[in-house]
Amino acid sequence: MGDYAYAAPTSLEEALSVLESQANDGQRTQILAGGTDVLVQMRSIDKEPRTLVDIKHIAETNALSIGADEIFIGAAIPSAALNENDELKGLLPGLIEAADLIGSTQIQGRATIGGNLCNSSPAGDTIPALVVVSAVCVIASPGGSREVAVGDFVTGVGENCLESNEILLGLKIPRPGNNSADAYLRFIPRTEMDIAVAGAAVALTLDEGGTCTSARVAIGAVAPTVLLVEAASAALVGTKVDDDALNAAAAACSDAASPITDKRGTVEYRTKVVGVLCKRAGGIARDRASS
Amino acid sequence: MSKLHVTTSVNGQPEEVLCEPHQSLLDVLRDELGLTGTKEGCSTGDCGACSVTLDGRLVCSCLVLAAEAEGKEVGTIEGVANPDGLHVLQQKFLEHAALQCGICTPGFIVAAKVLLERDPNPDETTIRYWLAGNLCRCTGYDKIIRAVQDAATELAHEA
Ligand SMILES: Cc1cc2nc3c(=O)[nH]c(=O)nc-3n(C[C@H](O)[C@H](O)[C@H](O)COP(=O)(O)OP(=O)(O)OC[C@H]3O[C@@H](n4cnc5c(N)ncnc54)[C@H](O)[C@@H]3O)c2cc1C
Ligand code: FES
Ligand code: FES
Repeated sequence: MGDYAYAAPTSLEEALSVLESQANDGQRTQILAGGTDVLVQMRSIDKEPRTLVDIKHIAETNALSIGADEIFIGAAIPSAALNENDELKGLLPGLIEAADLIGSTQIQGRATIGGNLCNSSPAGDTIPALVVVSAVCVIASPGGSREVAVGDFVTGVGENCLESNEILLGLKIPRPGNNSADAYLRFIPRTEMDIAVAGAAVALTLDEGGTCTSARVAIGAVAPTVLLVEAASAALVGTKVDDDALNAAAAACSDAASPITDKRGTVEYRTKVVGVLCKRAGGIARDRASS
Repeated sequence: MSKLHVTTSVNGQPEEVLCEPHQSLLDVLRDELGLTGTKEGCSTGDCGACSVTLDGRLVCSCLVLAAEAEGKEVGTIEGVANPDGLHVLQQKFLEHAALQCGICTPGFIVAAKVLLERDPNPDETTIRYWLAGNLCRCTGYDKIIRAVQDAATELAHEA
């Protein structure tokens, strides 16, 4: 078994070669972004020594751009910095709300959306919000880069499609138009600092008359991975997103949920609450899109 | 295990330390630099007793590696008082009896100071949300909130 080590590469090439050379030496590696999952887990669940590869000194992971068609959010940017960016908040209010729900002020000073996604918890707050805005993971591999839709990235509880020699550089998101908006809501027993019992994200587009022309609904913490609920989206498209449509979408979410019972909530409770959250988030997204 | 040489700045003072690759900033502040004002409550990011600033941003020092402080500015409770005496927040915590055992106090003061620098006139809800990651088992929080509000008022008069 190797020793603990820390590396802070200052370029992407260097980072990839550190991952490669450590693996060749039989040393385990783990990428370190904000460390709010890594350090907690390293001290409790899995203490095996490893080389921590800090990705916060790489240009690509610190990039943030808001283009005419596309938004890019680098994997090293803490959620506090995203929340301070008013333009980003205006374009993706639901996603930034989700990032803002992660932990306390102190945690937000470190925690990244990329880390939340790569940790791949069923209750990761930003994952449903990323799915509904059709975010795509930009991944650097030794052979070049590849892209994977967020909806296909997480493969199980704590599992995703990243190889150990790959780095998530950031998330690419189509820029929402004027009549589009997103929203994310979760339920927790207290008002701050807890893990979602259930969560729901909705992104939709309205035409000039207020009729919904496209919608994406995703739910979290009610299945091993975040679920994109096509039936809920279908219940909203073609409607004015009124109570009837929202109730139908809520029922579709409750139908799609396959939660577990744990200390935070029972199967029955989570199944009901996820529908309620979908209904409320849908109403918020509608109001945002029409204002 | 090979130790890392870290050059950083703590409360404006240049510091050089040797640390283990997986050692937290909290442990290095307390055990290597003797700055024991920063407290350890949980070491899992839940209690905020270890709050410090890193390049001005509020963080839990238990969830930062000392190695990550390389080239950065660290701010701790020891840097809060002025040469002429206590910081207004410290004074107000005393006046409002906003502490009993005191273990949470350095974290609350470091966190509240960052808040008041960003938002000199926060309402009660803002203060409560900002400080939600700082736990106190003694006071019931109300006195802490009042001390922060009073400090904000006094700082506004001074300005
Ligand atoms: C007190 C506390 C409260 C919390 N509250 C919440 C909450 O309310 N909701 C919630 O969803 N989470 C919560 N979390 C969990 C955690 O803060 C989030 O998951 C956070 O977003 C993780 O981001 P990070 O940058 O700190 O990731 P890290 O800890 O640095 O990394 C997390 C995982 O992703 C991998 N990784 C990170 N970045 C990359 C990359 N660029 N490429 C490849 N792999 C990568 C790491 O190797 C690791 O396995 C909380 C944690 C704490 C300590
Ligand atoms: S000791 Fe760091 S948050 Fe509790
Ligand atoms: S004064 Fe004792 S924990 Fe706050």
